[in-house]
Amino acid sequence: MTITDFSVILPVTLLTAWASILLLAELFLPRAQRPFLALLAALGLALTLGISLAQSAQEFAPGFGGMVVRDGFSNFLNVLFLLTGLFGVALSYRYNQRAQIERGEYYPLLLFSVAGMMLMGQAADLIVVFLALELLSFPLYILSAFAYPRPQSEEAGLKYFLLGAFASGFVVYGIALTFGASGSTDLARIVASVAAGSANLPLLTAGAGLLLVGFGFKVAAVPFHMWTPDVYQGAPTSVTAFMAAGAKTAGFAALLRVFGAAFPALAADLSPLMAILAAVTMLFGNLIAVAQTDMKRMLAYSSIAQAGYLLMAFAPFEIEAARTMAVAGALFYLLAYTLASFGSWGVVIALEKDLDRHLSIGDFAGLARRSPWLAAAMTVFMLSLTGLPPTLGLVGKIYLFRAVIEGGMVWLAVIGALTSVVSAFYYLRIVVNMFMREGEPAVEREWWLEFAIGAAAVVTVVVSLWPFPLFEWAEWAVMKLF
Amino acid sequence: MLLSEANPAAGLFVLVPWIVFAPVIGLLINAFAGKRLGERGVGWVASLASGAAFLVSALQFYALTLHPEGAQVKIAEWIRIGQLSLDWTFRVDSLSVTMMLVVSGVGTLIHIYAIGYMHEDVRFKHDPARFPRFFVFLNLFIAAMMILVSADNYLMLFVGWEGVGLCSFLLIGFWYDLDTLGRSSWANSNAAKKAFITNRVGDFGFLIAGFLIFWYMGSFAFSEVFAAAPEVAKTHPWVITAITVFMLVGVAGKSAQIPLYVWLPDAMAGPTPVSALIHAATMVTAGVYLVTRSFPLFGLTHDGQYIVATVGAVTALFAATIAVGQYDIKKVLAYSTISQLGFMVAAVGMGAYVAGMFHLVTHAFFKALLFLSAGSVILGLERGHHHGHHAPSSPVLPPQGAGNSLSHGEIDRVKEEVFDPGDIRNMGGLRARMPVTFWVYLIGALALAGIFPLAGFWSKDEILLDAFLHYPHVYWLLTLAAFLTAFYMGRQVWMVFFGKARHEAAEHAQESPSVITIPLIILAALSAFGGFINLPFKGFHQFGYWLEHTLGAIEFPPFNFMVAGVSTVLALGAIALSWFLYQRKPLEHGQTDPLAKPLGLVFVGMEQKWFIDEAYQFLFVQPYRALASWLAQKVDWDFWHEWFHDSVLVKGFVTLARLLADPVDLGFIDRVSYWLSDAIRASAETLRKLQNGFVRSYALSVVLGVAAILGYLLLK
Repeated sequence: MTITDFSVILPVTLLTAWASILLLAELFLPRAQRPFLALLAALGLALTLGISLAQSAQEFAPGFGGMVVRDGFSNFLNVLFLLTGLFGVALSYRYNQRAQIERGEYYPLLLFSVAGMMLMGQAADLIVVFLALELLSFPLYILSAFAYPRPQSEEAGLKYFLLGAFASGFVVYGIALTFGASGSTDLARIVASVAAGSANLPLLTAGAGLLLVGFGFKVAAVPFHMWTPDVYQGAPTSVTAFMAAGAKTAGFAALLRVFGAAFPALAADLSPLMAILAAVTMLFGNLIAVAQTDMKRMLAYSSIAQAGYLLMAFAPFEIEAARTMAVAGALFYLLAYTLASFGSWGVVIALEKDLDRHLSIGDFAGLARRSPWLAAAMTVFMLSLTGLPPTLGLVGKIYLFRAVIEGGMVWLAVIGALTSVVSAFYYLRIVVNMFMREGEPAVEREWWLEFAIGAAAVVTVVVSLWPFPLFEWAEWAVMKLF
Repeated sequence: MLLSEANPAAGLFVLVPWIVFAPVIGLLINAFAGKRLGERGVGWVASLASGAAFLVSALQFYALTLHPEGAQVKIAEWIRIGQLSLDWTFRVDSLSVTMMLVVSGVGTLIHIYAIGYMHEDVRFKHDPARFPRFFVFLNLFIAAMMILVSADNYLMLFVGWEGVGLCSFLLIGFWYDLDTLGRSSWANSNAAKKAFITNRVGDFGFLIAGFLIFWYMGSFAFSEVFAAAPEVAKTHPWVITAITVFMLVGVAGKSAQIPLYVWLPDAMAGPTPVSALIHAATMVTAGVYLVTRSFPLFGLTHDGQYIVATVGAVTALFAATIAVGQYDIKKVLAYSTISQLGFMVAAVGMGAYVAGMFHLVTHAFFKALLFLSAGSVILGLERGHHHGHHAPSSPVLPPQGAGNSLSHGEIDRVKEEVFDPGDIRNMGGLRARMPVTFWVYLIGALALAGIFPLAGFWSKDEILLDAFLHYPHVYWLLTLAAFLTAFYMGRQVWMVFFGKARHEAAEHAQESPSVITIPLIILAALSAFGGFINLPFKGFHQFGYWLEHTLGAIEFPPFNFMVAGVSTVLALGAIALSWFLYQRKPLEHGQTDPLAKPLGLVFVGMEQKWFIDEAYQFLFVQPYRALASWLAQKVDWDFWHEWFHDSVLVKGFVTLARLLADPVDLGFIDRVSYWLSDAIRASAETLRKLQNGFVRSYALSVVLGVAAILGYLLLK
């Protein structure tokens, strides 16, 4: 082990250590001082973010014999995951007090999950990928059931855990098949063995298919999505917000890393499959979202549909020129999605006064009069999720659609565009409710929450007007991926 | 940019942009903080800004004495289009520095004077809040004028040229809602518009000259244009003549020459400091400067020179005849200014650039002096007028800086009798009541009349000498004009300061405070001794030698006693004649001008300005109005609006829209989209039923997915 090894995993290590200390700190803090934990957690995330940003200037380096790696891709994702964590803390802080789930384990679990996500971004070996997957998933299972005397929460946690375990099984089996076919779990060596012709291709393809199932479960792609509405609805909303952004991004990190590296060899087989998966997910997610009246379930289906748009990034892998753009576009879109998703979940939290009552779409009526800034921010998020100007969602969609069209799959882009139109129905219905219907919504005024929502809205609009630095960053991130 | 390490004086050249920055800073301060600074603060900020520009100009002068080659100071890139490459560059040479010194020097004195003048003026006009605005405009003018004189290319010069035109417009219309007598009216704003529009005609000529320069010489920069000019003159001789003639059109607009001089008399509607600074001393001389600056072009075309010189000389005489018949103290000076500008234009047209610039400088001194003194006289009468109406309570003026003390209602808004404080028929006998103003006015008048050894004598004589040697017809025209000049100035001095008061306001007139009289005294000293910078004797042509750095070697003709003698005798004779007519038996109240009878119709012509305004009204304004109203009524309203827009466009659009709305939109598109949305809703409801909440069916879905994927991958 060398200094480089430690330097590569320094952010993950730091965050894990910080979370462990936080667990202990809870023991020494009197009950009245519990809110202090949130601050400490945020501090740890901010510290790690600082280190990650500082490391972005350093050279790309593998660590631990090629098990993990630090490159532009992992750097981009580390920043994104840490921001996700910070958003998660900001949204949880007052909500947990209101929901009376302010238990000491909450923030450490959240930090562990973030550490797992970061490890996922850095993994260069299938074993590490699996390790990261479990590290990020287990805290989420627990967090979903965190409001435990409440039956919906317990049900959500159990469902998530059972189905998650089921999906993990496929991942393990996929890894085993891959090892069997190529003699290695190291991504670089798998690719090399395919290139050398020594790999058993049918076996490898089957392994890749099973891995796809596992990761598809994490990102909530159809038909592995069915847990999503139940879990999103039942889990505490602060957890849902964190899960919707973080777990999905981590799943895509795994997909992009594993399939990005392995894909050139298997593109002919996997490309059409991915395209079909994307198309089905977009159609299914958007269509069912139309029929929802419960806000949390609607957002759950929305997040399924968004996974479909992101899956489009894998369709044009056969054409080399489109490949880089597609992955960069996916990273860009992940950022746009993270902001809009967190923002809209934040607004849900602000409106969710009575925790046992489901928040319906009608509860948004009259929000523009009651709290105009909140309504304006929600409008921004809805526009961004639909892909309308002036938001990052539009820029990201253009980026992705362009990659798909350059990859020669015009039909997929057409489906994407058509389903976007469908999605406008249920996203803009919220806006119509807020601005054109009378109502008396009860709004919680919470400083941290409002700050997080405001920041997400401002960034979504402002960066969309001048997105070029972000483009450059995303393209730098995928520079050495292939 | 020339910067020698050896001599630190050369480093002073880089300061030159401050001649523009300083007044800009001043105007920004006054524009944003003017209300808070109070009158004193505003006045001193503006004066200091102008004074700073003068200081920088003086430093440039000093640097130039050590480095006669001058400098070009570039502060920014301006235009880069294809071959065209223009910078924002300041040119420091003896010609531009001369103009800088005059503009900022005279300008600063007038700023100080204006502190006192405007303090009273805004109160006579019942609107003290307008005080800061005046100084903002005045600083803006200094900045624009400095850009004009320090430009290194024609386009930058044009920016300054338009800038001073704008300031002139703003300041003529400073009391835009009044007329010159302070009554509510649009007369002043009409005067401002007249000045602006007339100048547009001139600017049009300037622009054409600029286009020709760019087309044939390929550049706007002075050095490149002048370098290319001789070649163009060989291949296309008419081009140079055309450029100079179109330039003359611009000069005629800005410097009030025939046929575009008509705006300048009306421009006297502006406050008196404006008349002095812009419409006598500086802006109107921009045309003279332009011709001098373009001397390499004019030197190439004899025809152009001939036309310019003749236009100048005819203007000089023509305006002088009108001045004889005017009664308004400022109108007389305005026509006198046109006449004197004619002298300068004639001089630079003849190629006597040193004489022209020399007269420009001395004229700036004595004409500014005359205008400012006239302003002092007018204020004196206003004070007297108010005194007469509000005696015995001490009238007019609250102490300086007392701000908005008008509210005490001492000043009536209603004037029962219209009183014109600028009419010399209302004056008389002011010598005793306003002694300082009298003495400085006398010095200015004698300088303008060309009496030895005052400044005007030397500069006018140099022009006359040059004309005598090269252009006899110009000489005769100018000599006659000089005679009339001395006559109308004599008439004015006798009528204003001698005899007895013809109006009660003149009886109670009061001398102005020192903030007004001190600038007058300084200008009087300059008018008296300013001529010594260029005595017509060998070795004394200081001003000529100075300009040689810019204009190249100059020949100085020897002093000619005949020419000087003739003009002096004529001037003295004219003064004697005016004494005979106006002072031997002073005018009574209501008496007609003693010239009216002997001259008959000629005097009517002089009095009525030869009906030029009426002629222009008939020839240009009325046909233009007729055309405009025809275009507005027939073409724009009847044709475009009523027929094309309402009948063709709107009706057509409405018909088409109805067609699209009913069968196409409602019948087809709406039906399809309703069907689509119903279909989507129905399918959503169906799909929704799959979500039954049981983990086993969820797991089944996953298994089915796995089967589909593996099936596809392995069986494909």
